[in-house]
Amino acid sequence: MTAPALLDVRDLRVAYGKIEAVKGISFSVAAGEVVTLIGTNGAGKTTTLRTLSGLLKPRSGSIVFNGEPIRRLRPDEIVARGLAHSPEGRHIFPRMTIEENLLLGAFLRRDKSGIADDVQRAYDLFPILGERRKQAAGTLSGGEQQMLAMGRALMSRPKLLMLDEPSMGLSPIMMQKIMATIRELSSEGITILLIEQNAQAALSLADHGHVMEIGTIAISGTGQDLLHDESVRKAYLGED
Amino acid sequence: MHALPQQLANGLFLGSMYGLIAIGYTMVYGIVQLINFAHGEIFMTGGFGALTVYVYVLPDGVSMWVAVPLMIVGGGLVAVLVAIGAERFAYRPLRGAPRLAPLITAIGLSLALQQLVFNLYPNAKSAISFPGLPFGPYHLAGIRIQAGDIFLLVAAPLCMAALAFFTKTSRTGRAMQATAQDPDTAQLMGINTNKIIVIAFAIGGFFAAIAGVAYGFKIGSVSYDMGFQAGLKAFTAAVLGGIGNIYGAMLGGVVLGLAEAVATAYISDIPGMQQLGGQAWAAVWAFVLLILVLLFRPQGLLGERVADRA
Repeated sequence: MTAPALLDVRDLRVAYGKIEAVKGISFSVAAGEVVTLIGTNGAGKTTTLRTLSGLLKPRSGSIVFNGEPIRRLRPDEIVARGLAHSPEGRHIFPRMTIEENLLLGAFLRRDKSGIADDVQRAYDLFPILGERRKQAAGTLSGGEQQMLAMGRALMSRPKLLMLDEPSMGLSPIMMQKIMATIRELSSEGITILLIEQNAQAALSLADHGHVMEIGTIAISGTGQDLLHDESVRKAYLGED
Repeated sequence: MHALPQQLANGLFLGSMYGLIAIGYTMVYGIVQLINFAHGEIFMTGGFGALTVYVYVLPDGVSMWVAVPLMIVGGGLVAVLVAIGAERFAYRPLRGAPRLAPLITAIGLSLALQQLVFNLYPNAKSAISFPGLPFGPYHLAGIRIQAGDIFLLVAAPLCMAALAFFTKTSRTGRAMQATAQDPDTAQLMGINTNKIIVIAFAIGGFFAAIAGVAYGFKIGSVSYDMGFQAGLKAFTAAVLGGIGNIYGAMLGGVVLGLAEAVATAYISDIPGMQQLGGQAWAAVWAFVLLILVLLFRPQGLLGERVADRA
């Protein structure tokens, strides 16, 4: 934990009009880690991620990524610095093919052969995408769309990959597959910030976790600590 | 005198002009969901820009073969600057505001541009005559084709093909498609959507300018209020073809032009409708067609259902 953090968030506040959705949170992500934000709907997790990627502008606080303040940058400038965001609800481009979706993920890159290698890598990671590369992305199932969204986010070769609810609406088998992929990406050295409602799955693969409650971080700890924490188990893991 | 081939040809020429203007409506709508009601005036400033180049910049007696390209450049430059200026100073500050705000701004901008030209451009209080092309009219199988029509016949398909090629194959074109489908996610791909919006306004402005030059050649004059009717028709064409779809805009323009030409020529032959014929009713038939399409195919001829945006 002495290594400088890849991402450092201090006293972040984000509001929609008069309603404050994120009320001064601080956390950091070290290079190589998997960090998860868990919590119920409306806790401010998605708002936090959308602020980190520049889609929302914070009211106050600081966001330092790779040693550089990024709070005032546009989303495309933030992507250029190595922060990729796979949004909640997947948001693939439905009328484009799978391959076109992947290529858009590499929009800021100019190295043609490197891009082709990474497209192939996405197909290796998710063979079903390779089989359907010329098919409109809107025709994929929910789980396949999630694979495409993750593959697309990886195409920018990010230093930090942010995943918002990758298991949302998926069958248990598909969810396991997505979680296994996250573990695999992590073992390849990709730093991951993961948002999940499935706290059990997220905490069991995270190095650190933060429990968000109505715009604040209520509890922080290692993934294992939180997994065994009495109050977390009661509130988020469905035990009494 | 109502020979069908002639009416169809007239409709095709007029429709190509509507289509060129309609592309500007449809591109801007596709990307920012804004009906730029000042687009008719961008078309008008394109015509005036070209006229200015001819009257005030080029020497007297210059060959039209030299003049026409320079008029297109001049008119295009003016229209593109007006379009980009409108985006930057009128619409961008209102992004995120309720939909009604930019719509009212667009109508206000439309009136402001008309009045600016009316009051400031020399002798613009009435129509100003536009230079003619030094060839035509031609007679082909009983169809009379004027020089202005030939200009449209060359310009419209050329513009359409160039735009299709650009959106399909270029990096910026793909970024445009992505921005139209999902602007937030496009930003997450690293696309600077502000830049894409400016490019959409600029392409729409340039095409409108070409239509403005064509209008000058075809009608023989330009006027400060020429963008009102033409803009409304082109907007109709864009909706008819399926707003947001560039091919739909061109198709909608041609269908509208044909419908208008045929209706004005033949409706009065229907017993009991004698008094509904003629040019005075052209706009009525255009809007009747629009209403019919909206009733039976609200997404337009080539439009996709809006639901797949969610």
